[in-house]
Amino acid sequence: METILKTEQINKFFYDPVEFQVLKQIEFEVKKGEFLSMIGKSGSGKSTLLYILSTMDTDYTGKLFIDSQLTTGLTKDQLAEIRNEKIGFVFQFHYLLAEFSCLENVMIPAIKLGKLSEQEIEARAYEKLKMLGLQDQALKPASKLSGGQQQRVAIARALINDPLIIMGDEPTGNLDSKNTDIVFDIFQELTRSYGQTIIAVTHDDEFAHKSDRIIEMKDGEILR
Amino acid sequence: MSSDINTRIAKKYIFSNKKLTTVAVMGVLLGMSVYIFMNSLLVGFDRSSNTSIFRSTSHIRVYKDDEISQVLVNDPKDHYIIVNPKVVPNNNTIINPDKIQSIILAQKDVVVVTPQVNSNVFYNNGKSQISGLSVGIKPDEANLMYDIKSFMVEGNFDLLKSKPNGIVIGSGISEKMNLSVNDNINLTSSKGINRTFKIVGIFKTNNSVTDKSKSYINIAASQQLLKQGNSYITDINVNIKNPEKAEEIAKKISDLTGYKAEGWKQANETLMATNKMRKMIITFVSLTILLVAGFGIYNILNMTVSQKINDIAILKAMGFKGKDVIRIFVTQAVTIGLMGVIAGVIMATILITLLKRVYLGGDIGYFPVDYEPTKFVQGVVIGLIITFFAGYIPAKKAAKIDPVDIFRK
Repeated sequence: METILKTEQINKFFYDPVEFQVLKQIEFEVKKGEFLSMIGKSGSGKSTLLYILSTMDTDYTGKLFIDSQLTTGLTKDQLAEIRNEKIGFVFQFHYLLAEFSCLENVMIPAIKLGKLSEQEIEARAYEKLKMLGLQDQALKPASKLSGGQQQRVAIARALINDPLIIMGDEPTGNLDSKNTDIVFDIFQELTRSYGQTIIAVTHDDEFAHKSDRIIEMKDGEILR
Repeated sequence: MSSDINTRIAKKYIFSNKKLTTVAVMGVLLGMSVYIFMNSLLVGFDRSSNTSIFRSTSHIRVYKDDEISQVLVNDPKDHYIIVNPKVVPNNNTIINPDKIQSIILAQKDVVVVTPQVNSNVFYNNGKSQISGLSVGIKPDEANLMYDIKSFMVEGNFDLLKSKPNGIVIGSGISEKMNLSVNDNINLTSSKGINRTFKIVGIFKTNNSVTDKSKSYINIAASQQLLKQGNSYITDINVNIKNPEKAEEIAKKISDLTGYKAEGWKQANETLMATNKMRKMIITFVSLTILLVAGFGIYNILNMTVSQKINDIAILKAMGFKGKDVIRIFVTQAVTIGLMGVIAGVIMATILITLLKRVYLGGDIGYFPVDYEPTKFVQGVVIGLIITFFAGYIPAKKAAKIDPVDIFRK
């Protein structure tokens, strides 16, 4: 199996209010097509780790490889390009752009990437929304949708550029159990049928136990 | 393509919050129209005050200055000399005026050169008497210089050429002495000479002091009133192409001829000081208003940035760079600025069109404002620069937002 993401001895400190080591010698690999859950209590460092993996947090020591490329030490602009092309994000609060329609929300990362024409992007966006059962909502403003629907739009947006990895920060944290199941099923479907790699931080043990692999963190270290 | 998406997001932000956008646009509109209007007014004021100055003053006046007596002995070490310098009782005529005139005329930028002899006189008609100034001129040249024909109200200025004893008087004199064209008027000069003139025309400058005291006569008549021959010239007046260069050319003429040459600004220092003050106040006020409009945009953009902080975070997570974020907000600011500037230009045009028709009376006449293209351009450029920076500062702030901080809240 191909390795998609790899860390080497990642350490991170918080200095405010007092010096505190959040992450200690984190080393692990993520293979292609894995559905990985990261669990742990609040303050265990799992979210911090996720944001380092996402390349948005650059304030750490150690090495991060995404798609065999060392991303540690790259400029913010270079990292932005990597995120645009290779990483999709799904957050707890869905963070759709309220003024845009669902379709436009899904299209934005692809337009930013600029590899396809507008028509092709639109067709792809429709396809993703259809896959998630949202084709009827495509032209509605994002703010008019229910929470579960919004989260599915966010997943469609995360998928639009066919990313190597989808990263989720409590993707079901703000959803009821029915929508949680829907989102989980979508994630599972994505890994099983499309070979999509997913890393999700979650509080939901049930969600975690259904995933392929669990990384449990405690006090900045990986327990298992 | 990617810059295109920035523009689209900016547009969405502008049109999704119409109220804020309208307020910001109104701010720029007001600032812009007031700036253009006030500055056009300033140009108009200057122009109208210059026009009234140039009706009686030439750009440059060449005359003989009073001389102060000099100490003859230059060696005060050996001699004790009582020194008491005084004005030399010299004749203040210009020697060989024709030659001097031709020297001046040969200068670059000089348009008209004409001699002038002023004489203080009493106008008499029956028992009534008014003191005033009679200006001896060469009619054609003087008309070129002061455009006298433009403020004639009665009679024919050209008749002055054919009638050696013709006179053109101010409307105030004509009213006070109940005189009209073809009547006779008697002038007594400071040298005690009495002469009768025939009125060939009446002028009105709207400056009541001038209208009540001034008259134009032939230069020869003026020389006679002063008991002088026809080579007696006290002043040579010079007009140049660009009045703003008067000081510079005056100095050159002074160096060439040896006579004192004085530019019109020097001769009208009080007026110039007033103009300068007006200019400073108007520039200050109009710039301040424009700046306030800039603050309006700044505020509204700052607000938008705070409102859209989650959007900015997610955009950055999805791969938008700092400069993309800057572009989004600067585009928003400049679009607001552009809308305000266009509306402001239209508003200024309307204001000027309306006020141009307002009659003020007196020396000024109609409201002295006109469409000044340079001021329009200047306003647009300054307006856009201000809106750019008003947008750039909050945009820079937005670009610095760390998405992790937002997501972890």
